[in-house]
Amino acid sequence: MHIIENGNVAAALGVKLCHANVIAAYPITPQTPLTEKLSEYVEAGEMKAEYIPVESEHSALAVCIAASSAGARSFTATSANGLLYMHEQVQWAAGARLPLVMCVVNRAVGAPWNVWNDQQDSISQRDTGWIQMYCSDHQQIIDSVIKAYWLAEKVSIPIMVCYDGYILSHTYMPFDVPDQEKVDKFLPPFRPDYALSPETPANLNTVTLPDVRIDVKGELAHGYMEIRYLLHEEMRTSLAVAAEGEKRFADIFGRGGDPYLEPYLCDDAQYVAVGLGSITYQLRVAVDTLRKEGIKVGVMGVRFYRPFPDEAIASALKGKKGVIVYEKALSYGYEGALASDLKSALYEYLAGTGKLPVVQNFVAGIGGRDIKTDDLIQTLRAATKGRVSIQPVWIGLKL
Amino acid sequence: MGTRNYRRKTSHSEHGPGDGGRTGSWRVERPVLNKSLCIPCKRNTEACFICWLFCPDVVISRTIPPEIDLEYCKGCGICAEECPTKAITMVDEAKFSEDDKDKE
Amino acid sequence: MNKEFIEIRWHGRGGQGAITAAKIVAAAAFVSGYSGVVMAPSFGTERRGAPVMTSLKLSRHKIYDLSPIETPDIVVVLDHLLLAEADVTSGLKQGGIIVLNTPKAFESYKFKGYKLATADITAISVEAGLPHGMVNTGIIGSLEKATKLLGMDILIKGIEEEFQTRRPEKNSLAAKIAFEKTVAGG
Repeated sequence: MHIIENGNVAAALGVKLCHANVIAAYPITPQTPLTEKLSEYVEAGEMKAEYIPVESEHSALAVCIAASSAGARSFTATSANGLLYMHEQVQWAAGARLPLVMCVVNRAVGAPWNVWNDQQDSISQRDTGWIQMYCSDHQQIIDSVIKAYWLAEKVSIPIMVCYDGYILSHTYMPFDVPDQEKVDKFLPPFRPDYALSPETPANLNTVTLPDVRIDVKGELAHGYMEIRYLLHEEMRTSLAVAAEGEKRFADIFGRGGDPYLEPYLCDDAQYVAVGLGSITYQLRVAVDTLRKEGIKVGVMGVRFYRPFPDEAIASALKGKKGVIVYEKALSYGYEGALASDLKSALYEYLAGTGKLPVVQNFVAGIGGRDIKTDDLIQTLRAATKGRVSIQPVWIGLKL
Repeated sequence: MGTRNYRRKTSHSEHGPGDGGRTGSWRVERPVLNKSLCIPCKRNTEACFICWLFCPDVVISRTIPPEIDLEYCKGCGICAEECPTKAITMVDEAKFSEDDKDKE
Repeated sequence: MNKEFIEIRWHGRGGQGAITAAKIVAAAAFVSGYSGVVMAPSFGTERRGAPVMTSLKLSRHKIYDLSPIETPDIVVVLDHLLLAEADVTSGLKQGGIIVLNTPKAFESYKFKGYKLATADITAISVEAGLPHGMVNTGIIGSLEKATKLLGMDILIKGIEEEFQTRRPEKNSLAAKIAFEKTVAGG
């Protein structure tokens, strides 16, 4: 059933369809309408969930960690400084191998204070062990929440579903709300291997030694390093599980495609623009304009940022003359995080083969500065004439 | 590194009128002072000035009578709420002549 | 006006309901064959009474570009006092349409190069039985009179659906009266 609503409502509907039963969230612009909507569903009895108002984002994730450890399908959402406030718990949830789903409504981080969109918040959490999915429109938001619960519970790794604040969260567009029946078919109830209970008490994530040890049952218990290794290893294999999930989703809902990448006119392109989220859709307009000028250019959205689909990306970009990475964040003191990761993947797979593209990094939209389609056209056209700079180039600066 | 350089690199704002634009245009209700009830006006002395104290935008002057700067007064109504003699009432902005504001 | 892709910018005040009005038009457009609709309020801190903008894009195809409207085809101004505070015609295409809620006569305005449609929606809404200041449904009637874009039937239906629990007939009546009384030309 198609409705016209904003991105926050799309996310809330996704959570409702997944029968989340514990929601703990603290409001922060531009996420607030999402959590308010969920509280309305709970109040109206449309969701059988505990809605727990907490005093901070740190507490929100702490509550979700506890609830998930006890076997509840839990949800929270945040943005920017809220995400930063819960950072300690973000690391915790990943190490604790809990299948949480959190929507991150992308917003700039302070200082200075700024409520508008960029992706510095979620990108800053890149290395925490959370899976990160990026959405380019409302259909992807609602579908990704559903896919995320399935994947998270399959691999026991928490997932951030990220979408651009304001640009997607507060903008209205049509999307299809999946049938509850079909969602129930796709997503079975949450059955963890272990859930805290008085009948089977345990100590979760207490001090874990550098080395392995024999536990009270006389069995070998992993040390910290094994546990962290398994998080990494299973994050890598979750790429394949995500592909399986994508196929299952497509079979049941009739839509879906590449699990990791969303290419547009890339097959015969000599230059490919790459990005995360709604900017990749805006880049389609730039691509269409340049194609009319005879420039063979395409754009590719990256859906999974972590685990990084390195092989798929290298394969898709093999032999291209140039790759132009547009980012709304960067690693200060060096360059865009996506550009770095992408260059690393290209080098790994293509160095010495003669098929290694040149990579140009652009930084745009920081702090919500409008990204004009015209600027995308100009910069993309310029990049097809040769790399503009080794350093990231900031678009739209007014120094 | 002088002060000017520092201010380029940080977000540093200082107080002053008009940083948010002509916020008086946001008003839906306007505060109107009845001088016959106003304590400093009646006694002709510096007294009370609770309206000046409470105004969140510092648009009421600590004078006899208190003057309200309508360029910036947003009509929040706190002055009317706090005035101990109810000398200030909030009046629908639409009642005031539109010719005052119309600059077409 | 290129009916394949239309950009409408709404100027209102926080709390006046520009978003709801745009939403109703968006929904009506969607069921009328505009499969691409995107509606975005001005992003940022909000306050009742402060000037705000809402952008509405209508297209026969899915819209991928969500960036702000630069050259609208139509601007809708929910309160004539906004003319003094915001440059409502900024970027408006040559021959573009201004839909304006004003108590003043159509003839008192001189917008060179644009078409104009005026109505006293504030008074019309009261005539329709709505509280003073609820102009966001009446303005839809003016927009339709000026553009003949979607047809009143579907807009009336959309208004009554959106306002199911809040005086649906009075709201649609405001739109109907506005449609009749709007003076369009230029």
